Amino acid sequence: MKICVLVKEVPDAAVEKRMDEGSMRIDRSGEKNLNPFDTHAIEAAMQVKEGGEVDVEEVVAVTMGPESAFRALHKAVSLGADRSVHLTDEALAGSDVCATGYALSKVLEAESPDLVLLGQQSDDGECYTIGAVVADHLKMPSLTQVIKMDVAEGKLTCERQAEYGYDTVEVELPAVISVGDAINEPRYPSLKAIMGAKKKPLETKATGDAGIEGDRVGDDGSRTKVLAINPPPQKEAGEIIEDEDTDETVQKIVAWMDERKLLA
Amino acid sequence: MSGILTYALHYEGAFNKNSLGAVSEGAKLAKEIGGEAAVVVVGDPSELSDELCGSLGKYGAAKVYRANAPEGLGAPVVDVMAKVIQDEGYSYALFGGGLLGFEIGAGLTARLNVGVTMEVTEVDAQDGKLVAKRPILQDSAVVDVDYVGEPGVIIGRLNAFDAEESGDATAEVVDVDVQLEEHSTKATMVQRGEQRGADVNIEDAEILVAGGRGLGKAEGFEMCESLAEAMGGAVAATRAVVDAGWYPYAAQIGQTGKTVAPKLYLAAGISGAIQHKVGMQASENIVAINKDPNAPIFEFSDLGVVGDLNKIVPKLAEAVKEKKGG
Ligand SMILES: Cc1cc2nc3c(=O)[nH]c(=O)nc-3n(C[C@H](O)[C@H](O)[C@H](O)COP(=O)(O)OP(=O)(O)OC[C@H]3O[C@@H](n4cnc5c(N)ncnc54)[C@H](O)[C@@H]3O)c2cc1C
Ligand SMILES: Nc1ncnc2c1ncn2[C@@H]1O[C@H](COP(=O)(O)O)[C@@H](O)[C@H]1O
Repeated sequence: MKICVLVKEVPDAAVEKRMDEGSMRIDRSGEKNLNPFDTHAIEAAMQVKEGGEVDVEEVVAVTMGPESAFRALHKAVSLGADRSVHLTDEALAGSDVCATGYALSKVLEAESPDLVLLGQQSDDGECYTIGAVVADHLKMPSLTQVIKMDVAEGKLTCERQAEYGYDTVEVELPAVISVGDAINEPRYPSLKAIMGAKKKPLETKATGDAGIEGDRVGDDGSRTKVLAINPPPQKEAGEIIEDEDTDETVQKIVAWMDERKLLA
Repeated sequence: MSGILTYALHYEGAFNKNSLGAVSEGAKLAKEIGGEAAVVVVGDPSELSDELCGSLGKYGAAKVYRANAPEGLGAPVVDVMAKVIQDEGYSYALFGGGLLGFEIGAGLTARLNVGVTMEVTEVDAQDGKLVAKRPILQDSAVVDVDYVGEPGVIIGRLNAFDAEESGDATAEVVDVDVQLEEHSTKATMVQRGEQRGADVNIEDAEILVAGGRGLGKAEGFEMCESLAEAMGGAVAATRAVVDAGWYPYAAQIGQTGKTVAPKLYLAAGISGAIQHKVGMQASENIVAINKDPNAPIFEFSDLGVVGDLNKIVPKLAEAVKEKKGG
């Protein structure tokens, strides 16, 4: 069995994220990191591999992104992936969900995996959708927000929370699964794994290598256009209490609530 | 035909409130762009009577396409909506907030090679076209999104669209026969809507003390329960702690939980993720206790307390008891 994990490089959690008014895209300058939600997908792949229920030959990390994104792949490999594929091309810049999902599906098609794993959301784009887009292109069944995944020969039994409570769904392989962050506690990479990551095979592909039609990706191939960026509706800033002396803090909270007749 | 096609999710004989919101919004927008408002419903024929389907007319739908296919999973609905759009030519597909709409909308995007916008809070009709407004980056900005080509896929944020009965019209019900794609038959529902944990009632409470992952462990909820008891309220929770099995699903607030608007919502150890915020932002007073001064919840709290909940919450319970007793 072969597992592909889709990973993305995103601005580091500590970086204040903002839009770039010129390009109408997220400003992705500054410190970057592997999308934290994707570490759960890698961990899920490793648990399938180590679980012994099925034989996993390979875990392959796949990303689409600018040149710098190879670092997200190194991180994915240090967490256990065997090799990685980096789809990178100027022509891809500005791709929306439709274009990104299409492009990633072309890379996956060539890999022909039995299982594709993704994170529940990218920390910057927060679209929650790439999994289902990729799945439809690959003509595979899919499920998002999965928090429990039992693997057996040829099928998965998945659990996830939907609108009315928890659903249990049986999914035949090959399949595309986006995992929720409650599925596992990702491991930390060992120093040895971090050092060794650069030596694992990393293949770089341009659009042509992946058979991606140029007019379906990038700014021009995208099916949505950002017309304007506006500030959010303003909400009056709340009061802030820094807790130094807890007795005092608590009295302040009580007084605040009492003023609003919440303790009647 | 220009028009707007929505999807109405249903469970145990009733349509989802957010789906009804999408139907209402779709009807309103269809009028503005001069098109028809239609709805797709999918499920076992025994669950989808003419009467139930026709009742969507009350929310402004002119037509309801009914298909016999599995309900509760995305791909079969993608097949049905794609066929209806291809045969009848709708200009937009619109979904209410929740979970399934994201999966169906994403599937349509791929199937029809069209644009998608999610977490949409508002839709504007301009010159016969729609522009979707989407908050991004933790709601720090809102982008206006236009579509290239048709149909455009619009996935609403939870509670963004209100379900409004606009009359007592009955929608025309049209049966559609759809051959499901092979991959759409490869996921099957084994159990739907399992309620994990006790059946607690939080919807009627005027005061809610909500706990999140910051409580550290399941036992942390005891602090919330003591405070709620002192205040005469109930206890609520985030998905993170419900998924972890610390608290019952029935107490979960947010996108795949409940929507509440109590007089007071006191959040302890909750970061304030969008999916939680959408279920409680209409509360009259929001108090947050969080040790991280940059936690997003402080952006929409009326009173923010930066500190360790383990120190603050027990003392607060005592102080409230004292105040109320005296
Ligand atoms: C499709 C989808 C649907 C979702 N539906 C829902 C939903 O219905 N409801 C929901 O709630 N979420 C939902 N989520 C999940 C949501 O995105 C967040 O992951 C979740 O709300 C986070 O829960 P939390 O605040 O408890 O945990 P965290 O985000 O981990 O926050 C914990 C907070 O506790 C603070 N903290 C830690 N220790 C202390 C301490 N000692 N004292 C004080 N503060 C402390 C931390 O600073 C942190 O801010 C959904 C997500 C998706 C993708
Ligand atoms: N550019 C990308 N390259 C690889 N994987 C991606 C990319 N964008 C999104 N993903 C995957 O899709 C998941 C959901 O992202 P999103 O739909 O953007 O919220 C992420 O957790 C990743 O696993």
